[in-house]
Amino acid sequence: MTAAVLNTPTRGKAPPNFTTPFVNSVRNVFAKMVKIDVTVALPHEKTAPEPSRDVSAIIVLTGEIVGSVVVSFDQDAAIKLVEAFSSATLAPTNPDFADAIGELANMIVGGAKKDLGLSIGITVPNVIIGKGHYFAQIKNAPCLVIPCTTHVGNFAVEISIKQKPQGATP
Amino acid sequence: MKFLLVDDSKTMRNIQKKILEQLGPVEFSEADDGVEALAVIEKSGGGFDMILVDWNMPNMDGITLVGKIRETDKKTPLVMATTEAEKVRVIDAIRAGVNNYVVKPFTPELLLEKVRATMDRMKAAA
Repeated sequence: MTAAVLNTPTRGKAPPNFTTPFVNSVRNVFAKMVKIDVTVALPHEKTAPEPSRDVSAIIVLTGEIVGSVVVSFDQDAAIKLVEAFSSATLAPTNPDFADAIGELANMIVGGAKKDLGLSIGITVPNVIIGKGHYFAQIKNAPCLVIPCTTHVGNFAVEISIKQKPQGATP
Repeated sequence: MKFLLVDDSKTMRNIQKKILEQLGPVEFSEADDGVEALAVIEKSGGGFDMILVDWNMPNMDGITLVGKIRETDKKTPLVMATTEAEKVRVIDAIRAGVNNYVVKPFTPELLLEKVRATMDRMKAAA
């Protein structure tokens, strides 16, 4: 499924090809700072409310694009990826665990932001830990999920953004 | 050498410390944001050989911090280490007074190269 398929009036207008910058950014972050191979599958749309994974970082986008990006990990994957990234074995209850998850998300979204080629601001990440949590999606925009697989477990990038119409107030 | 690392992520500061220790004996000071960084600089009396600054931080962001440091200190080497990778951001940071710019994610080699080059250039210009 491609982003273009989702750009219908009823679903709002997402920027064209907006998943590619996130795919490239995931690969770049993992190659340079996590040093674990990651396989990225084709994006699919979240068509009904369903929970994210166990550990999530959410970053809100503002400016020419509005919405949010969630990077959501299975708990075992999160623990092992944090260990690879920070060189420390941390329990999810340790504040440094959330810090590391947030920084991974920050680099993924920050890297994608440049390639989206628009004027976009991003917030500092907020991290949610716990099974079965949901994120409210932005109205009239698709939520695309990019599934990612590593040998230590799985995670996903959930993108719910739309391009702000020209002339809209901030 | 005395380095000040300013980043709201402790994980990132720890990664930077581990990499920069390869430059030799370094005494690190740390700050979570621009406000804390200014307090650390005031308390220590300055004298840092390098300040690494993140851009997006709560309370006071990195670009504001750089401007405030440069109001009184034109000499301390400042490197921006951030996910903000757009050309316009790099230009804004240079105008505010940074001497070099590293985009996250970075390899250890790239961070070392940028910090070394900045310190060498600033020494040569002194």
